[in-house]
Amino acid sequence: MPAVPAQDRVNDFVVKIATVNGTGSASANTLLMKAIFRSGIPVMGKNYFPSNIQGLPTWYEIRVTKDAHVARSGRVDIMVAMNAETYNKDVREVGTGGWLIYDSTWPRPALFTREDITVIGVPLAKLCNENFNGVRTRILMKNICYAGVLAALLDLDLARMRELLAETYAKKPQLVDSNMKAIQLGYDYARTHFTCPLPLRCTPMDKTAGHILIDGNTAAGLGAVFAGATVGAWYPITPSTSVMDAFRSFCEKWRVDPATGRKNFAFIQAEDELAAIGMVLGASWNGARAFTATSGPGISLMSEFFGLAYYAEIPAVIFDVQRVGPSTGMPTRTQQCDFLICAYASHGDTKHVCLYPANPEECFYFAVAAFDLAERLQTPVMVLSDLDIGMNDWMCRDLKWDDAWQPDRGKVLPLEEIVKLEKFHRFLDKDDDGIPYRTLPGVHPKAAYFTRGSGHNQYGAYTEDSTEYQIVVDRLVRKFHTARSLVPRPVFGMASTRTDVGIVAAGSSDGAVREALDVLRGMGVNADYMRVRAFPFNDEVDRFLESHALIFVVEQNRDAQLRSLLTLETPVEKAKLRSLLHYSGLPISSSFIIEGVLAEVAPKPLRSVGLAHAGTP
Amino acid sequence: MTYLPKPKVRHPSLPRNALGLTRRDYEGALSTLCAGCGHDSITAALTEAIWGLSLEPQNVAKLSGIGCSSKTTAYFVSGGHGFNSVHGRMPSIAMGANAANRNLSYIGVSGDGDTLSIGLGQFCHAIRRNLNMLYLIENNGVYGLTKGQFSASADIGTKAKKGEVNQQPPIDPVLLAMNLGASFVARSFSGDKAQLVPLLQAGLRHRGFALIDVLSPCVTFNDHEGSTKSYAYTREHYEPAVNADFVPFEREIVANYAEGERFPVVMHDGSRILLRKFAKDYDPTDRVAASAYVQDRLRQGEFLTGLLYIDESQKEFHELNGTPEAPLNGLSLPALSPGSKGLEKILSRYR
Repeated sequence: MPAVPAQDRVNDFVVKIATVNGTGSASANTLLMKAIFRSGIPVMGKNYFPSNIQGLPTWYEIRVTKDAHVARSGRVDIMVAMNAETYNKDVREVGTGGWLIYDSTWPRPALFTREDITVIGVPLAKLCNENFNGVRTRILMKNICYAGVLAALLDLDLARMRELLAETYAKKPQLVDSNMKAIQLGYDYARTHFTCPLPLRCTPMDKTAGHILIDGNTAAGLGAVFAGATVGAWYPITPSTSVMDAFRSFCEKWRVDPATGRKNFAFIQAEDELAAIGMVLGASWNGARAFTATSGPGISLMSEFFGLAYYAEIPAVIFDVQRVGPSTGMPTRTQQCDFLICAYASHGDTKHVCLYPANPEECFYFAVAAFDLAERLQTPVMVLSDLDIGMNDWMCRDLKWDDAWQPDRGKVLPLEEIVKLEKFHRFLDKDDDGIPYRTLPGVHPKAAYFTRGSGHNQYGAYTEDSTEYQIVVDRLVRKFHTARSLVPRPVFGMASTRTDVGIVAAGSSDGAVREALDVLRGMGVNADYMRVRAFPFNDEVDRFLESHALIFVVEQNRDAQLRSLLTLETPVEKAKLRSLLHYSGLPISSSFIIEGVLAEVAPKPLRSVGLAHAGTP
Repeated sequence: MTYLPKPKVRHPSLPRNALGLTRRDYEGALSTLCAGCGHDSITAALTEAIWGLSLEPQNVAKLSGIGCSSKTTAYFVSGGHGFNSVHGRMPSIAMGANAANRNLSYIGVSGDGDTLSIGLGQFCHAIRRNLNMLYLIENNGVYGLTKGQFSASADIGTKAKKGEVNQQPPIDPVLLAMNLGASFVARSFSGDKAQLVPLLQAGLRHRGFALIDVLSPCVTFNDHEGSTKSYAYTREHYEPAVNADFVPFEREIVANYAEGERFPVVMHDGSRILLRKFAKDYDPTDRVAASAYVQDRLRQGEFLTGLLYIDESQKEFHELNGTPEAPLNGLSLPALSPGSKGLEKILSRYR
């Protein structure tokens, strides 16, 4: 049946599924992805969904990747075209030699425009209409049915799919049977009518043990629970809402006192983002670990309070799950477009500590680190994830927890220290690290001080005196310098041979960069890689920039924000930094980076590179 | 107590409260407001009220936004933490602070600009949550620090110092709060300490959101002829509807309720407020009737004062949230973390 014979690509291909939002395709896609994961095969799943509840087009991309890549490859091998509205676009996207699967209940001549792909028609609607009752059920089952077709074509284990359904519908066992019936219908039809499996198929491996499939928002919410956060205040906004959903649901399970039924957490839905961050500051000021989750528009609104928190030195943790801007932008598409606003949010001289997790695993650990840093430094800490990390399921190493861990509550004076004091002064730099001591309300009258966003001197009193004002803001510079040694260090991927070419990236660009580096190495292009994980940048960042002649800065925004931040905050020569900017709203792919690097750095035959380093003149 | 407050200069015969503290122990920094400012009288009344309730100074948290009124949190109870936040956002600070530690007394001091314009949203939502705090509006109808612009509480027809006449209808915080379902709504006048002090005490003991709108003339920008927020105009047009005498739980009640029109409202902690009605048909426990009455008198140009509405039965934020009696900021890690074993269980869902 294939018009163009395809080479066998076991456990290394991409399936993209085009459906209509709100038709239950998410369950089918998750099922497929998990079935592959449970077969021990590394897998990546990305959901491209509209800002809509029902009716607009949505896509899900599953990359089966034996080498455990975590980014998009930029290629589609199998397209499941379930949405007539996007047929034209979808058929164009399939790579040469690929397959297109569609619902052949209705004739679709538009799908037969390409000679270089194989079109597989399965009468999904017809099969489901014959076997299920009710309009809604038939629509839902049609989508589960394509999972059955794919199971046959890709050689997935049906028993594993049943096992997964049984877990999902533990409380509604009748759904297991109906879903399985739909899967079987698709499976049997494909087996009867086509050669199964395809040359692109799955064969069980053992590479997912010790790993989980989790989204970054869930991991961040879980991190907040483990960090001991007790107050979560937020205003709903895509794509950050599931951070709070996760926090709440873990708290409902783990934070309710079994004896009293009392909740050891406060979960507050605010009236807007201004109030959400205000609540976080009020709670942090009062000694609770408090946080909010938001996205770009919320960061804009919260900026007034960020300035107060910076100047009045109040801890706060903010998860910014970035989405496409400016303004409302594309709320369900991903970008890294808040680097600059988060680093400098608010009027006046302000700078904020930012962490850049690259995957859900880091969302968990950075969430915990963020609370420690915020309290240690008495300042807001922003955790900049993005929609790709936050809302897609990523294969990560198991999260680990050390039961000996204790939160770093920073320099909070306890009662026994307070009573010994002659007088408490809030903003003195006693330890020469720029970090003053603070006290909590309700402990002792001697500890009381007045928190204000207006000019204050190092003793905490109101001031409009130039010298007194400058003493405080200059100390804040020292404090920010102290932060350099406390925030997560960059991670490096150095080439095995010396090279003048560097790549710098942050956050979710990491997977695509690492894959690109592998491919480029195979082409004889070597580059060193530095992933910055926090702002302020430390000395290691400076050194990496200094020691490379040509540096690609890979980021997912139009304006090269990370590059701007590097030029502003390090001594690097601006001309050395070349931007590779991906801002389509889809997660960055490895092919985009490969093309970008190759446009400037010519590939060399491997041998000549080897000879050069063997010392040949 | 394990400590003694540092003695200030005081006369040995100054009266002491149950903690052995004098009024001086509840004072704050010197006011920098204009001489004669109504706000300073309110500060004095607050000091008196808090001293009278024998609150531990460190258990008083003073919160404010921006404006003349918001500065006053520095002028009382220097032994309690103060937080002068950003314009109109004090309610959210109070919400967070209260969530972290429910056992302090939260006093928010705001103004008509801070509450009724830039902060109107947060004010409304603090009421919806029945946030347990005393919320004071020091209401003078103008923006003082920016030199006399009308605020949202300026009455139609009132004249600014430079002669401009306000034509936009005012937002009345008392009516607004009643309509939003506030559980304690009062109005008073900075010049009537006898009425204000027991109201403040009742508001502090009220479990939930206690609003007191205090008419507080601005001597610099709004005390001239033609202003409806001047001392002279307010004295002429304010009308006590219900006077409240606050009786702490600890004190024996000797009043005879049957006599005249006094009746007690028992507060959540056992204290009582004895209400003396001036208007026979006024019922401060009937939200709809009270609101209609206040509105009717406003139409006639009279500011009804006193404890205008009270409902002790409404649940406040923590009761609705189901949080423990102990403050959240004091919970130890074992009560908060699922630990490594818990994590292993959690992760099984993601395999």
